[in-house]
Amino acid sequence: MKYSILVNEGPYTHQASDTAYQFTKAALEKGHEIFRVFFYHDGVNNATRLAVPPQDDRNITQRWSELGAQHNLDMVVCIAAAQRRGLLDEDEAKRQGKDANNIAPGFRISGLGQLIEAGIQADRLVLFGD
Amino acid sequence: MSTTKKFLYVNRKAPYGTIYALESLEVVLIGAAFEQDVSLAFIDDGVYELTKGQDTKDIGMKNFSPTYSALGDFDVSKIYIEKESLEARGLTLDDLLDLKYEDEDDDYAEKDSIHVVSRDELADIMDEQDVVLSF
Repeated sequence: MKYSILVNEGPYTHQASDTAYQFTKAALEKGHEIFRVFFYHDGVNNATRLAVPPQDDRNITQRWSELGAQHNLDMVVCIAAAQRRGLLDEDEAKRQGKDANNIAPGFRISGLGQLIEAGIQADRLVLFGD
Repeated sequence: MSTTKKFLYVNRKAPYGTIYALESLEVVLIGAAFEQDVSLAFIDDGVYELTKGQDTKDIGMKNFSPTYSALGDFDVSKIYIEKESLEARGLTLDDLLDLKYEDEDDDYAEKDSIHVVSRDELADIMDEQDVVLSF
């Protein structure tokens, strides 16, 4: 089956982000296809490369980056939600006149249309949120 | 992208306590450009999103409720309010925004977008959908 995944909550604060990761990983291991993982609301915070969680805890962002690289996942961060919360890639940082960017490897910033397309193209859109 | 799917946006939260209502509306407006079969449902505290006379002056937040009145222009004309949620909060249809759309299949007659439905009816509506986005 072809799945799209929507992650609506931030890392560490909420179980949704962990469950989304576990579901995505399990689906891939079972041979399913992941059309796209879309990060919205506080879910965009999963994509910051500047988080430094304690060493004896999971690193949620790094975990997504690794899974993304391994399976060539399309991991999209909503631009409107990201701008509100201070998530910027290099291009956006330049465009907005900011002195830094913080998007982790494997994530890309794009519009909400990518979420609608994810719903249209996949057999199932699975939402992880509150 | 010629596939047409049935999209339902389920709004469950009060308008200003969290960002879900505002960001849900942003998805609906962007999604409208994709010419899908769109419906909105308002349940639980989500029914407060459509109350009229919202005034956010004193809480320093933007009142985004006027945007709901524009949904008809975006061909979003199926808006379902759960009857039980309205009643539990002492609200009636009179407390809600008067949302209209022009029916192009009926000589552009102006019609009500809001339909009050029971919990059971809403369950059937949800069952018919291809994509349910819950906020």
